[in-house]
Amino acid sequence: MRALANDISIERWTRSSRLALSTMGAVLCLLALAPLVLGAGAVDRMTALFVYVILAAMWNALAGYGGLVSVGQQVFFGLGAYFTIRLADAGLNPFLSLFAAALITGAISLPLSLFMLRLKGGEFAIGMWVISALTHMLVNLDRLIQGETGTSLISLNVYDSSTRRAVIYWLALASMAALLGALFALLRSRTGAAIQAIRDNEDAAAAVGVHVIGTKRLLFVLAAFGIAVAGGLWLASATTFQPKTYFSVQWTAYMIFMVLVGGIGKFEGAILGAVLFFIIETFFGALGVWYLIGLGATAVIFSLYLPRGLWGEIERRFDLQLLPVGYRLKLPGPTKIQWKQ
Amino acid sequence: MSLISIRNLEVRHGLLQAVRDVSFDLAKGDVLALVGANGAGKTTLLRSIAGAHLPASGRILLGGQDLTAVPSHKRIAMGIALVPEGRRLFSQMTVEENLLLGRTAGRQGDWTIDRVFDAFPNLVPRRHAKTGHLSGGEQQATAIGRALMSNPDILLLDEVSLGLSPLVVDRVYAQLQSLLTSGTTIVLVEQDLSRAMSVASRVICMLEGRIVLDKPTRGVTRDQITGAYFGLHRTNTGRTAS
Amino acid sequence: MIDTLIQGILLGGYYAVIACGLSFMFFVMRIINLAHGSLAVASGYGLWLLASKFGIPPFAGLLIVLPVMAAVGWLLQRYLLDRSARGGALLPILTTFGLAIVIDNLLFEQFGADTRSLAPFIGSLSYDSWELPGGIYVGKLAVLMMATAIALLGGLQLFLSRFALGRAIRATAEDPDTAGLVGIDARKVNAFAAAIAMVTVGIAGAFLGMRATFDPYSGGPQLLFAFEAAVIGGAGSLWGTLIGGVVLGLAQSLGAQFHPQGFLIGGHVAFLLALFARLFLTGVPIVSRARIGKIRLFLRSKT
Repeated sequence: MRALANDISIERWTRSSRLALSTMGAVLCLLALAPLVLGAGAVDRMTALFVYVILAAMWNALAGYGGLVSVGQQVFFGLGAYFTIRLADAGLNPFLSLFAAALITGAISLPLSLFMLRLKGGEFAIGMWVISALTHMLVNLDRLIQGETGTSLISLNVYDSSTRRAVIYWLALASMAALLGALFALLRSRTGAAIQAIRDNEDAAAAVGVHVIGTKRLLFVLAAFGIAVAGGLWLASATTFQPKTYFSVQWTAYMIFMVLVGGIGKFEGAILGAVLFFIIETFFGALGVWYLIGLGATAVIFSLYLPRGLWGEIERRFDLQLLPVGYRLKLPGPTKIQWKQ
Repeated sequence: MSLISIRNLEVRHGLLQAVRDVSFDLAKGDVLALVGANGAGKTTLLRSIAGAHLPASGRILLGGQDLTAVPSHKRIAMGIALVPEGRRLFSQMTVEENLLLGRTAGRQGDWTIDRVFDAFPNLVPRRHAKTGHLSGGEQQATAIGRALMSNPDILLLDEVSLGLSPLVVDRVYAQLQSLLTSGTTIVLVEQDLSRAMSVASRVICMLEGRIVLDKPTRGVTRDQITGAYFGLHRTNTGRTAS
Repeated sequence: MIDTLIQGILLGGYYAVIACGLSFMFFVMRIINLAHGSLAVASGYGLWLLASKFGIPPFAGLLIVLPVMAAVGWLLQRYLLDRSARGGALLPILTTFGLAIVIDNLLFEQFGADTRSLAPFIGSLSYDSWELPGGIYVGKLAVLMMATAIALLGGLQLFLSRFALGRAIRATAEDPDTAGLVGIDARKVNAFAAAIAMVTVGIAGAFLGMRATFDPYSGGPQLLFAFEAAVIGGAGSLWGTLIGGVVLGLAQSLGAQFHPQGFLIGGHVAFLLALFARLFLTGVPIVSRARIGKIRLFLRSKT
């Protein structure tokens, strides 16, 4: 807390946020112990939850902070899985392959960003979808994949199923924690201030000297890497790779749903959205097509009536910030002025 | 009887309060010169009268009818036309098309395309040129013509001489001269004080969003206006306006 | 080879039809409607339903489907897009994407996963062709689609330049704020524009069903084709759409000569090359106009 004149101070942590962060640490520790007590099905579901949190956080980083709405993020999900297959086929340990594949995908996203970030708004959004469709086709050409028939991550078979399940679970948990931590640190850093300035007003940010394109590129590459990790984890957990499943626009639909419901541009919002999505899927996923209609309709309704999402509303009504990435001005007396938004 | 009444108008741009507690009345045929430094709130006031910017509070009455919440496209049908600052022509469209757009509201009256071309003969050869390619004076004439095509009772002119050479300004004002005597009520925002005084029957000076002077042109001296313009009357309050 | 080229060019007619609505909405409202393809497919299903259940042939069915599509466009703009566009440029992308998911899955729920086609209902038109000198055959349907594309684009052009409503649409597209100042109700005009766009989408849906098969999830690929044709031709330019459609059709037809998957790959690659050429050779950012608008807005709010 930094003191300014007249008892005004700037705070970056609040009491509730300190509490939230320590709670989160404790929850992570508890979650790490979960495979010892939970059944196989529950462990697999939790792994899926961690993947969802990663997807939501990464799409949020791109759209909520970078102002880049993409409907083609499934390209990185698919590539993460594809390169994992490729590397494992070449003899690399499947778990190592997973992270090496994410690094390769992240590296590919860099030259791609030079090109795609010159597009704006809807053109970027659908442009990414085209990239994804093209990549899907090209992956199909790989003999190893056998077109839409797909293939499996056979090398995982050397581990027995309970070890495999637990390792994937821990990897997913660790990846989620690391990616969230990295994003949190990034948003609180000097670059984070630039990122939030871009979110609020791109032209004004450029006018005060923020390197807009460079900052966006950072988010683009981070999101590509994170989503590729998620794709690799999904592959490890499902073991089969069918290009159609991994390059499906449905993944982006999930990301959009989670972030829109949770709160676009809110760090906590993406996590909340992922958890909600997980719960909804658990209870209503069996409804099949009506479940998907519900997801789409919810997205439409949130975009029209609650564009700030649930977390945005919670933050506004209760002045609550659990994982503060901004600054806020504390005035003497009961009123508080929010620095951001 | 007043044609239009502004009552305690407050207009905001986000947190910035651009117009504060402004009230005045205009009768038919009045020519009001609205003066004041940059940022005094003149353009915002005109835009909120035209409906392009809704006020935070206060009322705008036209012939007794409350207009405050009426959107801009309906106000022009009620007889209020704005020639906006910077002219704001549709640059991809021709002079003729811009003028035809002025007729959208469908008010009855004397103004036709031919009459606009009579009033602004410099536009005649440019009839089918895109307005993006016109000179500043031609653009200004088109913007005024476009507003006149709606046969307004009240014409709001925002900085018609901005960016024009003095010679061209002379021509625009010469062309306006007939209009000034035709009984149309006019509100004129003009930086050139003597030019504004020469055509107006009344002058209002704004400072930081407020009216600080409101007098008939005949009863006011240049020094009084300059004083109000810079806020000199307030120096004894301990604040100086820059 | 010449045969492939002619097929490709004529295929462009279909792409021009489906792209022109997307391009038109982008030109007027600066919105890219991600439900565009899904709406075209929905119109295809509408015609299929009329033909198979009520025996109304597709060309007569258009008399019912097109007014419905116009109403859908009007309502879409009035109750969804207008509201979401006020929340910023990014929100309509999310709204229309959500809408696409709803439409696709509703279609699936109603009609199941089977692929459908309108070809059985149009008699010999779907396979008849004219023979040109040199043993080249051109499909009658393909020619019809190209002719429709030209008529549609020409009609839109005429409407925009000669009619008061067309002028109002152009004025609103350029500067909605000033359009209000000259007496144009921008919301109404936008709703009209959306209605017109949806009529073209309805026609595109008919052609989609006549020349090929469709299923409930065909909307995504159709959106991509429409988008690619629109961008290749320069988004927001009417006749550019025709050129874009032809380029896309040619690239796909040529691609298909090389590889079974080359049809789609060829189209995507042509799109990326066109984009690349535009970004790096001309150096013109694609939505420079939207940015100028923003800057203007910024300058205006100063006083």
